[in-house]
Amino acid sequence: MTGAEIVDRDFLDARARLLDLAAFLDRLDRAADGAGRDDPRVRALLDAMRQLGSTEPGRVARIQVALSDPTTEPIDRLPDRGAAGAWTGAAHGADR
Amino acid sequence: MRYLDPHAHMVSRTTDDYRAMALAGCVAVTEPAFWAGWDRSSASGFADYFRQLTEFEPTRAARFGIDHSCWLCLNPKEGHDRGLAREVLAILPEFLDRPTVLGVGEIGLNKNTRNELATFEDHVALALDRGELILIHTPHLEDKLKGTRLIIDALRHAGADPDRVWIDHAEEHTLGLIRDAGFWAGLTLYPTTKASPARAADMIETFGADRLIVSSACDWGDAAPTGVPTLALELRQRGHAESLIRRIVFENPCDFLEQCPKFRRPARG
Ligand SMILES: [Zn+2]
Repeated sequence: MTGAEIVDRDFLDARARLLDLAAFLDRLDRAADGAGRDDPRVRALLDAMRQLGSTEPGRVARIQVALSDPTTEPIDRLPDRGAAGAWTGAAHGADR
Repeated sequence: MRYLDPHAHMVSRTTDDYRAMALAGCVAVTEPAFWAGWDRSSASGFADYFRQLTEFEPTRAARFGIDHSCWLCLNPKEGHDRGLAREVLAILPEFLDRPTVLGVGEIGLNKNTRNELATFEDHVALALDRGELILIHTPHLEDKLKGTRLIIDALRHAGADPDRVWIDHAEEHTLGLIRDAGFWAGLTLYPTTKASPARAADMIETFGADRLIVSSACDWGDAAPTGVPTLALELRQRGHAESLIRRIVFENPCDFLEQCPKFRRPARG
């Protein structure tokens, strides 16, 4: 596909997803306790979002890596909860 | 267009899903043993599950003209329980001998614990000892990159032949690792937590179609049993050749699965 064809086909979908992302952040701001923005997952998301401003290809892989557990050794104890979508260290049950 | 869905947990899907898949051109599914969303209480629960996968489910699929074969193991999530793992590994060989069982899977890691890794290594040893194909589940989300690396290291250490191993649930940050190590890589078209059809098409364009297997991985969650034909449509809309699409949805999975003599390659139609 040419660049113009990709834009014609996918622009409105990308625009809608951008608005959904902004709406998610606005919704967090409206939450009664105001705490959502401090959630480590949201902080990781905001940090990873900086990749959207990058001009280098490979943004998806870099976001995936940014949200991943960077450690290399298996852990001893099974955490209380499953994967959360963003590595937040000890906050999500890793024991090292 | 005839296609295979080589990773589909049909025990969790309705008859309507079989019908929708058949209407979309599905001619064969292979179903890995997995975590049911809740922990089973004993090894006998797994024996019943293995009977369901080898006796009942093929007859359900056959009503829609779909060949059903399966993979057996103790899944990575319940594999953290080493006592249970030993009990299930003890009953596994008699079920692996059954005529529609293609290999050991889906084994792997869930939260990357030492116990999970030990259970994974036990299954790999059993598979290599018996000459079985291996299907591997890589962990979800933030655990995937680390788990994929641990799995590749363990497979190398065990001396597994990469030609006979399919490492599934690859994404943008793990597909290159898997392929560079010589293994077959799987993309699963599972909404929200894995690959969308558009991102899968992007990965095919970026990495090529060699040693690539796509599937829906549909299960008891919010999944899309027609993920494979949806990817085919995405590729077609982007102007890719029918020969590339057929390779991805039909020839590639057949080429891998045919290494097991029990697999029957469906007619191309
Ligand atoms: Zn699965």
